[in-house]
Amino acid sequence: MIEVGLNHFLVVSTLLFSMGIYAIVTRKNAIQVLMGVELILNSANINFIAFTRFGNFGLQGHLMALFVIVLAAAEAAIALAIVLNIYKTLSTVNIDEVDSLKD
Amino acid sequence: MNDLTYNIIFYLFAAITVLSAFFVVTNRNIVYSAFFLLFTFFGVAGIYVLLGADFVAIVQLIVYVGGILILLLFGVMLTNKITNVEIKSGTINIYPAVIGVGLLSGALLAALITSTWKTFPTEAPLPTTAALGTMLIQEYALIFELLGIILLIALIGAASIARREA
Repeated sequence: MIEVGLNHFLVVSTLLFSMGIYAIVTRKNAIQVLMGVELILNSANINFIAFTRFGNFGLQGHLMALFVIVLAAAEAAIALAIVLNIYKTLSTVNIDEVDSLKD
Repeated sequence: MNDLTYNIIFYLFAAITVLSAFFVVTNRNIVYSAFFLLFTFFGVAGIYVLLGADFVAIVQLIVYVGGILILLLFGVMLTNKITNVEIKSGTINIYPAVIGVGLLSGALLAALITSTWKTFPTEAPLPTTAALGTMLIQEYALIFELLGIILLIALIGAASIARREA
């Protein structure tokens, strides 16, 4: 069996990134678009931590991953508040039907 | 832990992560998507552990699984009428998206595999929590404070946006 190295982890994160982009492009529901964004942030975190493990940088990659997680939490809270407001105003969260700022 | 065990565990977590992410993006039922996202986050946490990032793995479990996923589930429940049985999500642009994402991931994978990374020999991972804490309150203290302020502002803003009477 091939030795698991840096490339294996990078391939996993590339696949996660591609599927996140796919979710953002194809889904109509705003919440599934948010799920795609979370997948992309996770793939970036895998890259940070894999390069920390196989590189020689100290622990800065881990700190960057922590910052990304914190910002993802803030982003999810704000995005869901906006989605709830859109649902209250327009009674739908399908982003192809949301094309006006007020009803 | 010998190499074979490490490899098997890596392939297990990688398969869990990638397969459940695939179901997240292809399932039409949003609730199923959210639960598959749970498995994706668990798989990513396992990959962090394999990479020697114990603290980040625990934070991933607490924040993503305990926080963000619950927020997403609340979002699903609050934006669908209870009487509306089907919680389905439509899709658009399937064929252009498949072609574009296929090209993108192919290019990225080709670039990854053909490039040679300068790697250093890895020794057994050490606990990282104490070192991370020291870094956070010494050279990264300003960023730490800024993140706290950002979280506070974001939560106040989210609460005020969501509660505004329409």
